[in-house]
Amino acid sequence: MKMSEAIAGMPTPPAGAPMRPSVRQREAAARTSRTLVRRRIVNNIMVALLTLSAVIATLPLLFILFHLAKSGLSSLSIDFFIKDPKSVGESGGGMANAIIGTLIVVSVGCAIGLPIGVGAGLFVSEQKHTRLATVVRFLADVLNGLPSIVMGIFAWQFLVRPVGHFSAIAGGIALAAMLVPMVTRTTEEMVALVPHALREAALALGYSRARTGLVIVLRTAMGGIVTGALVAVARIAGETAPLLFTALGNQFRSFSLSKPIAALPLQIFQYAVSPYEDWHAQAWAGALVLIAMVLTISIVARVATTSHGDGGSD
Amino acid sequence: MATAAVTEVSAARGRSSTTLRVDRGGAFDAPTRERIVVQRLSAYFGTKCAVKDVSMHVLDNRVTAIIGPSGCGKSTFLRCLNRMHETVGGATATGSVLLDGHDIFGAKVNPAAIRKHVGMVFQKPTPFPTMSIRDNVAAGLAVMSPRPSRGDVDAIVERALRRAALWDEVKDRLHMPATGISGGQQQRLCIARALATDPEVLLLDEPTASLDPISTQAVEELVYELRREVAVVIVTHNMQQAARVSDSTAFFMLGEMVEFAATAQLFTAPADPRTEAYITGRFG
Amino acid sequence: MTVNAETRSDAGAPGDAASPGIEGQHLQGGGLADRVYDVVIKGFALCVPLLLLLLVLAITEAAWPALRQFGFGFLTSSDWDPNNQKFGAAPAIYGTIVSSIIALVIATPLAVGVAIYIAEFAPLWLRRPVAFLIDLLAAIPSVVYGLWAIFVLVPLMRTAVMPFLRDTLHLGATPLFSGPAYGPSMLSAGLILAIMVLPYISSVSREVLLAVPRSQREAALALGATRWEAIQGAVLPFAKSGIIGGIILGLGRALGETMAVTMVIGNRHEISASLFSPGYTIASLIANEFSEASGDLHLSALMAVGFILFVITLIVNGIARWLVWQTGGGRRVRA
Repeated sequence: MKMSEAIAGMPTPPAGAPMRPSVRQREAAARTSRTLVRRRIVNNIMVALLTLSAVIATLPLLFILFHLAKSGLSSLSIDFFIKDPKSVGESGGGMANAIIGTLIVVSVGCAIGLPIGVGAGLFVSEQKHTRLATVVRFLADVLNGLPSIVMGIFAWQFLVRPVGHFSAIAGGIALAAMLVPMVTRTTEEMVALVPHALREAALALGYSRARTGLVIVLRTAMGGIVTGALVAVARIAGETAPLLFTALGNQFRSFSLSKPIAALPLQIFQYAVSPYEDWHAQAWAGALVLIAMVLTISIVARVATTSHGDGGSD
Repeated sequence: MATAAVTEVSAARGRSSTTLRVDRGGAFDAPTRERIVVQRLSAYFGTKCAVKDVSMHVLDNRVTAIIGPSGCGKSTFLRCLNRMHETVGGATATGSVLLDGHDIFGAKVNPAAIRKHVGMVFQKPTPFPTMSIRDNVAAGLAVMSPRPSRGDVDAIVERALRRAALWDEVKDRLHMPATGISGGQQQRLCIARALATDPEVLLLDEPTASLDPISTQAVEELVYELRREVAVVIVTHNMQQAARVSDSTAFFMLGEMVEFAATAQLFTAPADPRTEAYITGRFG
Repeated sequence: MTVNAETRSDAGAPGDAASPGIEGQHLQGGGLADRVYDVVIKGFALCVPLLLLLLVLAITEAAWPALRQFGFGFLTSSDWDPNNQKFGAAPAIYGTIVSSIIALVIATPLAVGVAIYIAEFAPLWLRRPVAFLIDLLAAIPSVVYGLWAIFVLVPLMRTAVMPFLRDTLHLGATPLFSGPAYGPSMLSAGLILAIMVLPYISSVSREVLLAVPRSQREAALALGATRWEAIQGAVLPFAKSGIIGGIILGLGRALGETMAVTMVIGNRHEISASLFSPGYTIASLIANEFSEASGDLHLSALMAVGFILFVITLIVNGIARWLVWQTGGGRRVRA
């Protein structure tokens, strides 16, 4: 820093230069030394502003977590995890139905979305020079940017409307539709990191392309794929909008894929916008549980990536 | 011929010399025959011709070296011998490569089957990072038919590691990740992996290019020894290496094979002026 | 080509060889696994375009009756009267755009500021934790933001922020900040959206900044620039289109965000100049009225606004992707 400032202050030629500095050069030098102070002040102000923006940007997260802990913990009890909702006016009850429902809907989403996403990602990476791969990669990005509510409309139009009732399976498929493009891109990126030499080594052993892809390439990339998939699953687990059109919600415990089913985000929404104090408390508790689930998955994924990145020799 | 150059590896590492003593006799005089016959082979990347109209052969129980300046097509040629060439997008080949009389480019031939008979080791060590040392060596066994039993696998792994002169160094950590050993050991591990399936031919694509001198020497020892059991084709840009380990040498330039002769003869009395220019260091 | 006779085999017949020959049939067959593999992964890959196709089909089909009935007027009419079967999307489109603009105006300087701070100024030990905290914002479910906004942000807006803007700062004289402070409002929605899109803009900007070659800023520093000048003059121009891409990606998120907005925007079909007044966005309109839709035309009108949202976000995302791809040189930038 000091060195560069010193240089900035010396725009005139160094001593021993054949010509004396011209008037214009001397003026420039004077101007430079006057502006140097101002430039340093501007620099310091900008650094302060940037630091401030970092502080402000992290505040909402801390506030949200603080309020969740404060309002959520007080209404959290064992009952919350093992009992179903009571009707309005009765105190107590829990969201066991919604927790079970979320697990079911997310499982359905994963069962459908993960294999498709990983397979599509494998294709995009293995056949990356084909036109189809380019198209799929681009469309996956486009799908990733679409509002989740659109996935809900899609599942509603094809899976709810024709059969005439809402269902867990429709909710799962809406979530799978969100999962596919996310997992496709993660898989593609992670598979692209596998050195080409490993593929060649496997092929040279007499491995078929199928075995090379599945046993060598996919397995080598698996750590990263799992991480990316976890982040994606965390995201769909907290989704509400697509479920409004598909799973609908249910005050009772349901294990049926063909019936409406409760989900934690849905229940939080319904309780939060209700006029009842009891339900508000339940909504906070639900949000705390949901965020604990989501953040645990995210942090596990993050830590896994970090150790993966530091430990792997290739 | 190359006797003087090949010294005792284990002595160089300051260890007991019993396991790696090199016996110079025998293999060189073993009966031989043409394992691979290459007829008018040309290889292309798209429209660019990388190998032009090469005919040669590879003898069983001998080491054949391929030398030449970078970009001369020697690696591409090697990769045609087990159909690895075509795994690159847009790559094609014409002519024929007969493996024990069967054209490997034949319509019904499965390239994966060819590669089970013609093993390959690459320039950089390529251990599979998700697998242990043992599983790396056993990796090729999974695609053999019939597949060896579990008990057999352990015996095969040990034998392959011994053949690759690596057993003593890794026998106590067979279940450790293969990426945890040194580069030279990794390369010998890759050779062991290629040997485990008992291929008839072993292709080595500049196997010592990324290794330090001591590891290089170990691999060269190994190559010299391997001729007892397989036909070896080694691509190298190191002429001394070719002179040390091979029985016959082919010199490639600009995609063409300029000369193919017994190693001693090629290096002492080359027939082609270009070969002479190259081996005396005038270009390349 | 010279082939010397000495390299020729002295024993020509295979029978003399030390090891036996390979039998031809061993080299044939197989390959079925590869054909199956190719077909299967190609099938999975085709699911992606198929999914988009089905989305287009579903949403067009669902929206068709309303689009046919109202035509272009659907975009411009602000009548939304389910009882009289009159539907116009103008307030929802207006609300979607305005709330997103508020979000971007608030979030962009913060997000880009954090990105620059992390990429250029933060001490090394602080970079990872700060980036992690910002990224965690993206992991919080929309409904949790909504819950927090209803019970913490909106009361704060009503009791403190809105009176402060209107009375203390005397901004009440402008139409933007006039009128009663209900709490649920366009401004509240924009604010919660700002928090939600911040991590997206920030992480894209950060990756783009980190992709700027080191030599770029070192050259500027060597010429005597201050660190800020180096960033302003050498780094930001390099990263500009990528950062803009990140902002547009954030816009895409803001446009389609549903739950949190539904919970704080007040849900009223009205175009009002004041940011203090309640409004509607496309997504919140659909989410709010879907379950109580009266009749097929009402449902179809909701799907028609969904269709508009779909088209807008498709275009916005296309532009953003293109910009980010350009800067990153095809390198993946997470979003």
